[in-house]
Amino acid sequence: MIQRTRSLPLGTSILSGLVILGLVPIVLRYLNGLGATTNLSDGRAWGFWISFDLYCGVALAAGGFTLAGAVYIFNLRKYHAVVRPAVLTAFLGYTLVVLALLVDLGQPWYIWHAMIYWNVHSPLFEVAICVMTYTAVLALEFSPAVFERFNWRVPLRIIRAIQIPLVITGVVLSTLHQSSLGSMLLLMPDTLHALWYSPILPILFLTSAVAVGPAMVIFESTLSNRAFGHKLDLDVLSGLARAIPYILGLYLLLKLVDLMVAGELGLLFSGYPHNLLWWAEITVGVVLPIVLFSLASVRQSRRQLFWCSVLVVIGLVLNRFNASMLALDMRPGFTYFPHWMELAISVGLVADALLVVVLAYRFLPMAYHEEVAAETG
Amino acid sequence: MAKAVLYDATKCIGCRACQVACKQWNELPAEVTTNQGTYENPPKMSAYTFTKIHFTELEHDGKFQWVFAKLQCMHCEHPACATACIVGALVKTADGPVIYDDRKCIGCRYCMVACPFGVPNFEWDKPIPWIRKCTFCADRQGGGLKPACVTTCPTGALEFGDREELIAEGRRRIAATPDKYVDHIYGEKEVGGTSWMYLSPVPFEKLGFPTLRSEPVTINTERAMGAVPPVLLGVAAAMSGFYWLFKRREKISQAEAGDEEKQGEKVK
Ligand code: SF4
Ligand code: SF4
Repeated sequence: MIQRTRSLPLGTSILSGLVILGLVPIVLRYLNGLGATTNLSDGRAWGFWISFDLYCGVALAAGGFTLAGAVYIFNLRKYHAVVRPAVLTAFLGYTLVVLALLVDLGQPWYIWHAMIYWNVHSPLFEVAICVMTYTAVLALEFSPAVFERFNWRVPLRIIRAIQIPLVITGVVLSTLHQSSLGSMLLLMPDTLHALWYSPILPILFLTSAVAVGPAMVIFESTLSNRAFGHKLDLDVLSGLARAIPYILGLYLLLKLVDLMVAGELGLLFSGYPHNLLWWAEITVGVVLPIVLFSLASVRQSRRQLFWCSVLVVIGLVLNRFNASMLALDMRPGFTYFPHWMELAISVGLVADALLVVVLAYRFLPMAYHEEVAAETG
Repeated sequence: MAKAVLYDATKCIGCRACQVACKQWNELPAEVTTNQGTYENPPKMSAYTFTKIHFTELEHDGKFQWVFAKLQCMHCEHPACATACIVGALVKTADGPVIYDDRKCIGCRYCMVACPFGVPNFEWDKPIPWIRKCTFCADRQGGGLKPACVTTCPTGALEFGDREELIAEGRRRIAATPDKYVDHIYGEKEVGGTSWMYLSPVPFEKLGFPTLRSEPVTINTERAMGAVPPVLLGVAAAMSGFYWLFKRREKISQAEAGDEEKQGEKVK
């Protein structure tokens, strides 16, 4: 039933190697502290981990709530087959975020303080609570795959009974924390460059996350098709692709109108060098995908769909890096370039997640989980 | 009445006794630094230096001179750090100081990123690190003492008192000798007001002070966070509504599609 290709064991061993490579700096970080293992400083207190693992990680995991919402709330049955992989990657994405925070926090052993000392005015508090709850929701949403595998009827029935409330909770929590990641930057009106700072940052962050959700699903399913063999209907992929230009179009419109209202459109041409970052992120991640995904010929080709979704993903990564690092001023007199250990830890964590994906595809019913199994059982 | 300090750059002689007093009271170690070609030392504030005198060399009044500025936490009226802090470890007290509770802090460093003055610092060199910053000697104030730096200042460049009175005092000094000062009390309005305020003979940009608007930096965040409860309820309601709607539509179309399907009976 499961095709074993030669590339799999090789891929798995590379991934395992990366995991081990990432473990060493983690140990060093706990022994010697953040100063010894990172290039972070008082001037750049948030670095690669926050931009990549938190900001990109959460946004790229948006496929989970967008797809679950589309299928279970908007009743778009067609996409049923991709919900489970999307929810799994979302769950792993969030687990990764939490693990990365356990490395990044100065006092990770007190992470639970966020649950008992509430500062309801802090956007970070909201992010923490939502991420924590949503990770649990995602685990529950994915749990049927495990229950089906071992044929545990009772828990399966329970989960199916609360499935809709779960999905709705997931959408609500995602709306809140995807946008709150934007709200977090609202506290920095003087250090975040005007091309990114905006009172509607939370809305922009939410919209771009919703747009990258389907793109990530196209991206992941193409890759998993290649690695594990089950082919998804082209119709499903192109259907997802069809939605993207609308969401990105709305996003672009919001961005431009916002700059216009603030009277900062001129910065697009004068705000060198930051304007180049802006143009890069918008051209690659917004304008090009809007044009390409609108072409029927692109939507008929798996290859082109894949590469266009890569553009959306790159654009989002650029945007989050710009807003949380490159366009966010350091204190005067500081410089920052991530230490290799910072990078190694992040790479190791991503490899962790990929390993779990490989295992899940091998041992769990990922692609075909039709209701039949539950309803007849 | 909230306490505040008025720093008068025209009275400061750059002796840095305040720096030393701060280190003593807070039991902070000396830092090893290298010669930067200036008397200003250490070059930056850090987890072990809560305050320092910043030396600006410029031409003023037709001669070359130093203008000093004492840097430390400004103890904002609407502190970005306190809004940022995930666990509420940083709090603005009614008496003026913005205090820090290391029993709550989880070391996320959002406060450091959020502070418009770049104040909170981190113990990067420790495996169990805390945030450190000027406390406005809240402990001394609790015992009826002035902050250590104020007590030690030999020239009266630091004046401690009620915020409103100090603003009036600043105005008086500017009015009495208008050519000695720029007409600006830094900290009276900046980011909604701060407990530490400054008088200077030269524009504050020249001292490297950030030019800040008078609305609190927390304002947009407060608005966004205020929208959270309605958004929560709104999204939950909308999603339930959509679910119901699409389910119903499906049932209707199923009922229309064929009579064999008995599920259709509920509709209509
Ligand atoms: S100066 Fe910075 S650390 Fe001090 S109260 Fe204001 S925001 Fe907080
Ligand atoms: S580092 Fe500590 S004090 Fe600063 S925001 Fe985080 S929890 Fe609060």
